[in-house]
Amino acid sequence: MMTEEIKAIKVRPQPKSETRKHIIIVRVQHNFGVLTRITSLFAGRGYNIESLTVGKTHEPNVARITIVVEGNERVVEQIIKQLRKLIETLRVRDITDIPHIERELVLIKVHAGEDKARDEIMRLVNIFRAKVVDVSVDTYTIEVTGNSEKIEAFINLLRPFGLKDIARTGVLALTRESAKEGLQEHKVE
Amino acid sequence: MPKKRGADIVIDVLLEEGVDTVFGLPGGAIMEVYDALFDAPLRNILARHEQAAAHMADGYARATGRVGVVMATSGPGATNLVTGLATAHMDSVPMVAITGQVPRNYIGTDAFQEADVVGITRPITKHNFLVTDIKDLALILREAFYLARTGRPGPVLVDIPKDITQQEYDYKMPTEKDVEAALPGYKPHYEGNPVQIKKAAELIRKAKRPVLYVGGGVIIGNASEELRELAELTRIPVTTTNMGKGAFDETHPLALHMLGMHGTYYANMAVYNADLLIAVGARFDDRVTGKIDEFAPEAKIIHIDIDPASISKNIHVDVPIVGDVKNVLQKLLKELKKKPVEWVKARESWLKQIEKWKEKHPLSYQKSDKIIKPQYVIEEIYNITDGEAIISAGVGQHQMWAAMFYKYRYPRQFLNSGGLGTMGYGFPAAVGAKLGRPDKTVFAIEGDGSFVMNMQDVITAVQYRLPIKIAIINNEFLGMVRQWQQLFYDSRYSSVCLAVHPDFVKLAEAMGAVGLRATKSKEVREVLQKAMEINDRPVIMDFVVDREENVLPMVPAGKSYREMIVSPKQKGEAETMYLVG
Repeated sequence: MMTEEIKAIKVRPQPKSETRKHIIIVRVQHNFGVLTRITSLFAGRGYNIESLTVGKTHEPNVARITIVVEGNERVVEQIIKQLRKLIETLRVRDITDIPHIERELVLIKVHAGEDKARDEIMRLVNIFRAKVVDVSVDTYTIEVTGNSEKIEAFINLLRPFGLKDIARTGVLALTRESAKEGLQEHKVE
Repeated sequence: MPKKRGADIVIDVLLEEGVDTVFGLPGGAIMEVYDALFDAPLRNILARHEQAAAHMADGYARATGRVGVVMATSGPGATNLVTGLATAHMDSVPMVAITGQVPRNYIGTDAFQEADVVGITRPITKHNFLVTDIKDLALILREAFYLARTGRPGPVLVDIPKDITQQEYDYKMPTEKDVEAALPGYKPHYEGNPVQIKKAAELIRKAKRPVLYVGGGVIIGNASEELRELAELTRIPVTTTNMGKGAFDETHPLALHMLGMHGTYYANMAVYNADLLIAVGARFDDRVTGKIDEFAPEAKIIHIDIDPASISKNIHVDVPIVGDVKNVLQKLLKELKKKPVEWVKARESWLKQIEKWKEKHPLSYQKSDKIIKPQYVIEEIYNITDGEAIISAGVGQHQMWAAMFYKYRYPRQFLNSGGLGTMGYGFPAAVGAKLGRPDKTVFAIEGDGSFVMNMQDVITAVQYRLPIKIAIINNEFLGMVRQWQQLFYDSRYSSVCLAVHPDFVKLAEAMGAVGLRATKSKEVREVLQKAMEINDRPVIMDFVVDREENVLPMVPAGKSYREMIVSPKQKGEAETMYLVG
């Protein structure tokens, strides 16, 4: 065996970046099957969707999709490029780092049998500006809106009472017009 | 304008798009279209299997640069296209597939020959459509052609329910403008960013050990001429990927031939030691890079590609340039010519170093005057065709030998399934290539395992009197798997022995082709000469070769170029060569 000495193993430096939550807004032609294209893209390439919401817009035949996804810069950059590559995609923006309003609506069914629990829950409902939308002998159904942090905090506080069911819309987001100068397209080049 | 059947609209659009050949088989759901085709000025090549039809359309497209068209019926007809579409998708081949679907009122009822074809083919096409209204039919078909051939090309599928092909409609042929208006989000980026191009030129001027790494994008983008000019102007050596073969003349002194897993020693050494890598129309695929952390460890990278998603996907790039390669290379050349190019003199020591590597380990094999060496067959095919033939290969060892030992000089000369690695691709693709380029000698270089996957379509080649030369590199093994088993699984040859084959000579005769066989070295040339004389039917040449020959050099999957196996010491024993840092 003819082996030449390895002087040193050289390694290509790769830029590092932290994994964090990104909010991506996608505007698409509202065609038959367009949502499937987006979800199957995420599934096929192994990206994890934390939440995805879709709805019509004021423009005819345009839908707006808000995707919350966790990943490092490289993964998110690739997700955005793959979304842009879809033929029916009109625009893709990562608004994570630009001022935006983020809301989620959640319905929570929580055990509330004893008076003490009912009082305590009502106090939390008031603090979080939530609303009781249905009452039964031993449950409350509560509606709450807010950003992810608020929602998570609220759910955690209700947890000890015993959660029966939760329905979440997923995150919706719009950029703040008041901070438009900060608005930047995600750079391709 | 009088009303027309949906089926006639399909034919009208095909003619409008300049299509003269389609590949396919009829069946229940697409019968109406075949009825319209009956007296249309178009020929349908009646393949015997839809997979073969898809590869034929693919071969036609790769050999001519035009959109290949394949048609199939619903259900099994369409699902048989899947491998062909995925193959074309991975290699960016412009194709339009038209499939029949069950009538609209049957969709979703599990009707006879119903399958969710749009669902099945979504991830393996550039885009696909289900036509739900005859009003959209012509526009959708034209969108399909537009999408297939523009930007980064790819296959597009249009699924048409049978009742729409039968329905009548008073339509107007949509214009290119209508098509663009229907695709508001589709805007391929053709112009490179001038700032980036300037940066690239600066890096090229400063580089001491630059290498051009060229992929299939240069062929697809018709940029070979610009590439040659760039290489010669800057004196930068060129290595190509498997898909890039023919983008740069392999007999040119600056040619380093293929890089990567089965790349040449000198190409891999050059890339490993480079201080600048200029990737043009290539995508840093794992078969090229090996261990990504150690790929071109000291090089700055310029990456020119039309697909933004290819950039920084697998590797971080210093200067990305999104654009059509031809356009970008022209601008880069202009930029480089702005200043005197004396700096190229500094390249001479680098080129000398590369010459040394070329001398140390040229592409070679142990010759034999008795047993047929597979590489020898390829060399003889090269000699007898004066290097001018179109070569279409299957997938496996024979594909790599066809890549290494035939020297490609022109774009569109070497067809093979580089991305998906589809066995059974070579021969049917050769049928498409021959139909698209009847002026050229077309060789299908096939492995015995690969050939039998689509050999039924020899019948098609006989029917259309296509003088395709099929060279089977027959080692009675699934050879590449056997090679890996030998090298990495302690020679445990699990399910790779293909000892039972049909007699390929008799098989050829039974199908109406000519069968020839060579079992000794000295018979190779004679068999090839006989094959070259036949011009009215296909020839199957059974080259019975050394069974355990390996494809070398080899960088084992996921390993660094440092761990390249360069040449066999004795039979069955590989010699590892560690590249010097």
